[in-house]
Amino acid sequence: MSKFGLITKGIIKENPTFALVLGMCPTIATTTSAINGLGMGLATTFVLILSNMLIAAVAPVIPAKIKIPSYIVIIASLVTVLQFVMQAYVPDLYATLGIFIPLIVVNCIILGRAEAFACKHSVLDSAMDGIGIGLGFSLSLTVIGFVRELLGGLSIFGNRIAEGDGMLAFVLAPGGFLVLGYLMVLFRKVTKQ
Amino acid sequence: MEYIIIIISAVFVNNILLSQFLGICPFLGVSNKVSTAVGMSGAVCFVMALSTLVTYLLQYYVLNPLNIGFMQTIVFILVIAALVQMVEIILKKISPSLYQALGIYLPLITTNCAVLGVAILVVTKEFTFGGEPAMLNLAESVVYAVASALGFGLAMTLMAGIREQLELAKVPEAFRGVPIALIIAGIMAMAFMGFSGIV
Repeated sequence: MSKFGLITKGIIKENPTFALVLGMCPTIATTTSAINGLGMGLATTFVLILSNMLIAAVAPVIPAKIKIPSYIVIIASLVTVLQFVMQAYVPDLYATLGIFIPLIVVNCIILGRAEAFACKHSVLDSAMDGIGIGLGFSLSLTVIGFVRELLGGLSIFGNRIAEGDGMLAFVLAPGGFLVLGYLMVLFRKVTKQ
Repeated sequence: MEYIIIIISAVFVNNILLSQFLGICPFLGVSNKVSTAVGMSGAVCFVMALSTLVTYLLQYYVLNPLNIGFMQTIVFILVIAALVQMVEIILKKISPSLYQALGIYLPLITTNCAVLGVAILVVTKEFTFGGEPAMLNLAESVVYAVASALGFGLAMTLMAGIREQLELAKVPEAFRGVPIALIIAGIMAMAFMGFSGIV
């Protein structure tokens, strides 16, 4: 597959949220607004690209028996790096996303890509795969956040577009499940999967 | 009294699945039958209580005194992975029947974000159970973990019951599987919102 194909496949064909249905917890929890969704998506992408590259580099020398524990340690170290970077440069976003930043460790997208792609491909290909899947994830989270913010708070990327109250339930817990469910149906209809 | 408030709060008001969004993968993945849902919840309850106990002690007696709080994520996930392995080995030895029942769910628990989530929550967040916001002590943390797991089990079992009935319903093609489960979860979350404010 071409390098470009590796990047684009993560957006539609292997979209981690709508097609593969992975990493649902941060997807529902952090998408209360488009900006939060985008922030979570980019944070995950950062870890995903680096973990894919590192794992692709060390996979040949790791014995099969301790494969998964080693991957988890690599991912957990990268998440710790991410926590430092976010605390230093975007403390507000770090506070908003809260516990879901350390929980990137157990995001099944990252371990899933390590196991399904990175351990069998070159470092460069794995980086491309990380970029593609990461972009697909960020895009999905931004779209979900956009819809919830629009319905729940009547605003787009933090700018209010109408007077009055939105449907608050869409920003709260139920809206997360409902919006994701209906967007998934829409995605299936459009892509005929 | 304090413990009762913690339990009601964790099971109903701040249900770990429906209002804190932790552990949604198993919620969607293994909630097809009531029996598997109960098995999974049992395994989660066991591991969650044990891992919270161990990580709490590690946080307060190792990480904090040594000033290496940043190692939290790595240490906690390793503890949970090791505990899951250990529980698997011990169960196999002392209770083969329980091992048979929980067997396939145990490995899945390592990547269940509810377990790591609760372990991190109890050492980083201040809770208000009727009084001033304060960090939980050891006993309260374990009670909170067990109660969270019970809440997880409650939501899983309810969901599995609904999905068993759903097998007989005519669901439109595009809604089948995960989307309809998410929509049901949304309606359940709305129902659980009714509990807010009682504690």
